Amino acid sequence: MESRKDDTHRMVTVTINGEMRQGLAEPRKLLAYFIRETLGLTGTHVGCDTTSCGACTVLLDNEPVKSCTVLAVQADHHQIDTVEGLETDNVLHPLQQAFWDNHGLQCGFCTPGMLMTSVALLQKNPHPSESEIRHAISGNLCRCTGYVNIVKAITDASHKMQQEPAEV
Amino acid sequence: MAMEATETRPLGKSIKRKEDPRLVRGQGRYLDDIMLPGMLYMALARSPYAHARIKGIRLDQAYQVLGVKAILTGADLEKMNLSWMPTLAGDRQMVLATGKVLFQYQEVAAVVAETRAAAEDAVQLIEVDYEPLTPVVDPFVALKAGAPLLREDRAQKDNHIFHWEVGDRKATDDALASSPVVVKEFIRMPRVHPAPVEPCGCIADYQKSTGKLTWYVTSQAPHAHRTVLALVSGLPEHMIHVISPDIGGGFGNKVPVYPGYVCSVVMSLQLGRPVKWVETRTENIATTNFARDYHMTAEIGATPDGVVMALKVATIADHGAFDAAADPSKFPAGLFSIVTGSYDFPVAFAEVDGVYTNKAPGGVAYRCSFRVTEASYLIERVINTLALRLNLDPAEIRRRNFIRPEQFPYQSPLGWTYDSGNYRATLNEALNLLDYEQMRKQQAERRAHGELVGIGLSTFTEIVGAGPSNTFDILGIKMFDSCEIRIHPTGKAIARLGTRHQGQGHETTFAQVIADELGLTTADVLIEEGDTDTAPYGLGTYASRSTPTAGGAAALAARRIRQKATQIAAHLLEVAPEDVEWNGEKFAAKGLQSRAVGMSEVALAAYTNLPEGMEPGLEATYYYDPPNLTFPNGAYVAMVSIDRGTGEVKVERFIAVDDCGTVINPMVVDGQVHGGLTEGFGIAFMQEIAYDEDGNNLAPNFMEYLVPTAVEAPHWETGRTVTPSPHHPIGAKGVGESPNVGSPAAFVNAVVDALSPYGVTNVEIPLFPWKVWNVLKEHGLTE
Repeated sequence: MESRKDDTHRMVTVTINGEMRQGLAEPRKLLAYFIRETLGLTGTHVGCDTTSCGACTVLLDNEPVKSCTVLAVQADHHQIDTVEGLETDNVLHPLQQAFWDNHGLQCGFCTPGMLMTSVALLQKNPHPSESEIRHAISGNLCRCTGYVNIVKAITDASHKMQQEPAEV
Repeated sequence: MAMEATETRPLGKSIKRKEDPRLVRGQGRYLDDIMLPGMLYMALARSPYAHARIKGIRLDQAYQVLGVKAILTGADLEKMNLSWMPTLAGDRQMVLATGKVLFQYQEVAAVVAETRAAAEDAVQLIEVDYEPLTPVVDPFVALKAGAPLLREDRAQKDNHIFHWEVGDRKATDDALASSPVVVKEFIRMPRVHPAPVEPCGCIADYQKSTGKLTWYVTSQAPHAHRTVLALVSGLPEHMIHVISPDIGGGFGNKVPVYPGYVCSVVMSLQLGRPVKWVETRTENIATTNFARDYHMTAEIGATPDGVVMALKVATIADHGAFDAAADPSKFPAGLFSIVTGSYDFPVAFAEVDGVYTNKAPGGVAYRCSFRVTEASYLIERVINTLALRLNLDPAEIRRRNFIRPEQFPYQSPLGWTYDSGNYRATLNEALNLLDYEQMRKQQAERRAHGELVGIGLSTFTEIVGAGPSNTFDILGIKMFDSCEIRIHPTGKAIARLGTRHQGQGHETTFAQVIADELGLTTADVLIEEGDTDTAPYGLGTYASRSTPTAGGAAALAARRIRQKATQIAAHLLEVAPEDVEWNGEKFAAKGLQSRAVGMSEVALAAYTNLPEGMEPGLEATYYYDPPNLTFPNGAYVAMVSIDRGTGEVKVERFIAVDDCGTVINPMVVDGQVHGGLTEGFGIAFMQEIAYDEDGNNLAPNFMEYLVPTAVEAPHWETGRTVTPSPHHPIGAKGVGESPNVGSPAAFVNAVVDALSPYGVTNVEIPLFPWKVWNVLKEHGLTE
């Protein structure tokens, strides 16, 4: 269509959840919308557009970022991981399983971002204390759970991942 | 530890949620995840002024943006007689402004374009010529003679919306006059917003060829929304298919119909293409309904021993520019008349006056059964003031005034019949779990060392489950709810309900209720809600009504199935129907438990091997009109300390003992309580939508409207007493809102307790550190 003239768009190539994908993006297009609308991965949610709620958190080269505050063109030729990439061979990631086991989610809207932040936390700090967990997820708002069971879930996952290092 | 959905007799067990496997995979299907072929995007132009006359609107620049398909203004809607829409409160609200704007961010024009970005670009280029008028932001000023008239469209030429009163004014005045002790307090519950993480939005998809409108919408009440849309648009109701997909939290925000919804429907009808509108966070907080903004004065009369004699309450309710409250139609102040709470007041009187101001319209019941939070906060605060006056422990003043177990069913002086409760037992449970006496000792020791430490109680009673059809309706539609169950030949069931969950766990908990009635497992029962083409009519999920209404319907529909199943079982067991008994899991021949058949055998027979002359199939529908509301209660205790240097309040401990009657899933109930307490904490300490004198919204995003993060949120402890509701089919009462209703007073009472040795009896929420610091400063408690 007319609004997709070549001079207003850039080709963006990313490796997302291990798969190389390409798409056209206006330079102003936010990474969150590129992931959701261009690449069709809608597990990454948008809750505020102002870097406050964290529902759009993804890993960019293994660092958690709020994808509503990254331009799609900035991710060109970088690696992205989203919630859709957590499961392997039909087995939930220990964090996904722990959120389920511990009632760490209610409406589920913040959950993908919360999971990605937690993945990054446990990669850096495999045995976080409650206080470390609470600080790590303080950029991810949850309006349903009061965080108690999220903290519990992350702690549970950290124990299980310690028992099964292959899962990390 | 949570149990699997394959557990038998699942009622009362912590069954892991069935909705979670898709949600933890990011495979929920929320509104904005739905992308239809040919879909257009809508964005709204909004007023920068709180009160201004529109002198002109120019669209030519906006139309130049590549990809713009159409722009709608109030003048266009006026021609269709759609520039105003009815509110649930019986007022009306502008869809797109005509004449003048009445609040900042009010909807002025709608742009539809090929892309989200093009629509936003065009909005920036719409030129509106405004003549600013004097704004009125204070409801008390709005009521003064000579205040600027806000709503010129009304016959009544002032800013007063309604007067509502209940109780015996004269008897209450007389009782207060003769009371040896009278305390009076002004209590403000400021304007807040539910702010679910997912904002509101919709996709209107009108197919000209079929005449059918599919309307995907973030709706807590899809059936009611379909009816409202049919009435407003003139489309035949059966040609409107409302789909409320997975919802990212609601808390009351997703109950009303909003101007953006109407505009997207109009645009889709005109263009014949799907039109998506999703609000930004600022649009969410600044325009779609707020809550509270209640300014309350209460007086309690009592004996010198602290036995209450009378309660009198007068309230000014700020509704903003339009009375868009989402209350049952006969209740302009919601269920505020629960204000006598857990206490046996011989006489009471309450009145509420609604007022227009130049602020966003509302208000909704934010995690609350219609103004119950305001009422509970008020009574729990003022009973605390009475305890202070009489130098009584806050637990003791409550014990002296609780409605006693033998008084149930209890007639309250303001007209309710409380179903059940054992308030003293609930309070005792909380005090025992905490070791209250030890806690008071510790407080005394720490005080002696100069620390500011406080303990606060709240022993509230809620009123939920609206409601019985003789009293409760929304625009005439009775507030029953419904469940339809179909058992398929292999004994697996699909059940559909008129409610719509937003995280409450219905896909699990209602499956537990039905499975328990039918000898199935939770895994055997698929729950579906939110699709008006398939689900039976119901009024939706808010006001903690799902379990009291649809939960009752689910149990009773299952029992209808069991009636027919008993006949089939008799046929299979080759005994008379009266010789068949249900043993909780199977149908057994009386006196011969080894001869039994389960629901899967009966289900197969319903399609393959029926008794002579019986209608095939095994399904039932129940529309449940509850005989009464339910009255959950709780006893909450907070312990706080205050930093003298910063005024910051630390919640050191908090215990919530709830009595919500029969518990369907303890894990889910605890989760609901944790979430509600955190919102109550936000309301007490962080959340406020403030306006400046020009009517500018001072907190229109998550950087200024502060909701609790994991760092601020305290660790919560929970407990329970169980006093079943005598009239509910499984004795359940509903719980989602209790923690939000009950907790703010506990926090504030604790802060007042910390400061009461220095003469403080009242502080105003939210208790930002700077506000507390000012109180400390005033009383010489900080440098």
